Amino acid sequence: MVTNVTSLTRSGLSDFLVQRVSAVIIAAYVICVVGFFVANPGLTHGDLVRYFGSLSMKLFSTLAILSTAAHAWIGMWTIGTDYLREAHVGGGATALRLIYQSLCVLVLFVFVGWGLTLFWSLG
Amino acid sequence: MKSSRPVSLTLNPFKFSWPFTALASITHRLTGVALFGVLLGALYIMQLALSSPAGFAEAKSLLAETWIKVLVLVVLASLVYHIFAGLKHLLLDFHVGDTYEGAKLGAQISIVLSILVTAALGVWLW
Repeated sequence: MVTNVTSLTRSGLSDFLVQRVSAVIIAAYVICVVGFFVANPGLTHGDLVRYFGSLSMKLFSTLAILSTAAHAWIGMWTIGTDYLREAHVGGGATALRLIYQSLCVLVLFVFVGWGLTLFWSLG
Repeated sequence: MKSSRPVSLTLNPFKFSWPFTALASITHRLTGVALFGVLLGALYIMQLALSSPAGFAEAKSLLAETWIKVLVLVVLASLVYHIFAGLKHLLLDFHVGDTYEGAKLGAQISIVLSILVTAALGVWLW
């Protein structure tokens, strides 16, 4: 079996809760942003910058970005530890999982750094 | 750390019979992986659109291309399904629909709602 040294909180129970709380935050953000685009068909660059540049949207975007990173990590970790095991992929499973998890961390690290910089640099 | 945590079964997916609820479940996982895969691309489009009026026009013309529109619709479909399947999970946590028949009905409802919302978003995109 795969030990949980690389899980988000080192506890399945709190990972379970983080997964659900972050899901609700992301869903609220998606509905808000998609709703904004649907409600504003003739959107200009100025409108977009004003919308995402407001303090409330900067905070909401920050919350959504951090929630996405936690949510994606728990989800990708679960998938990796379910399928990248000796029983499925043979003896190199631990090395393979290490590479897979490193790539996930790299993508999410870039996502958080880039996303926060993007939204907080708006005027 | 508990050493008795549950481990997923070692089944050959090609020899496994796929009941409807299993298909709904693996689709939840697959859409999650797909959404992870497009995170940076979505951020790139956002950055382009926010950068300047010229960048905004460029992002707009990018999103007007047919293959990108199709890709955006697939991403939106994944997002919508992932959210409805997730909502179903939240209900299951409160023991709503956690019988076999309830799970089947829940999966059916989440798929029907996803198709309806995705169709509406498709109409909006085109």
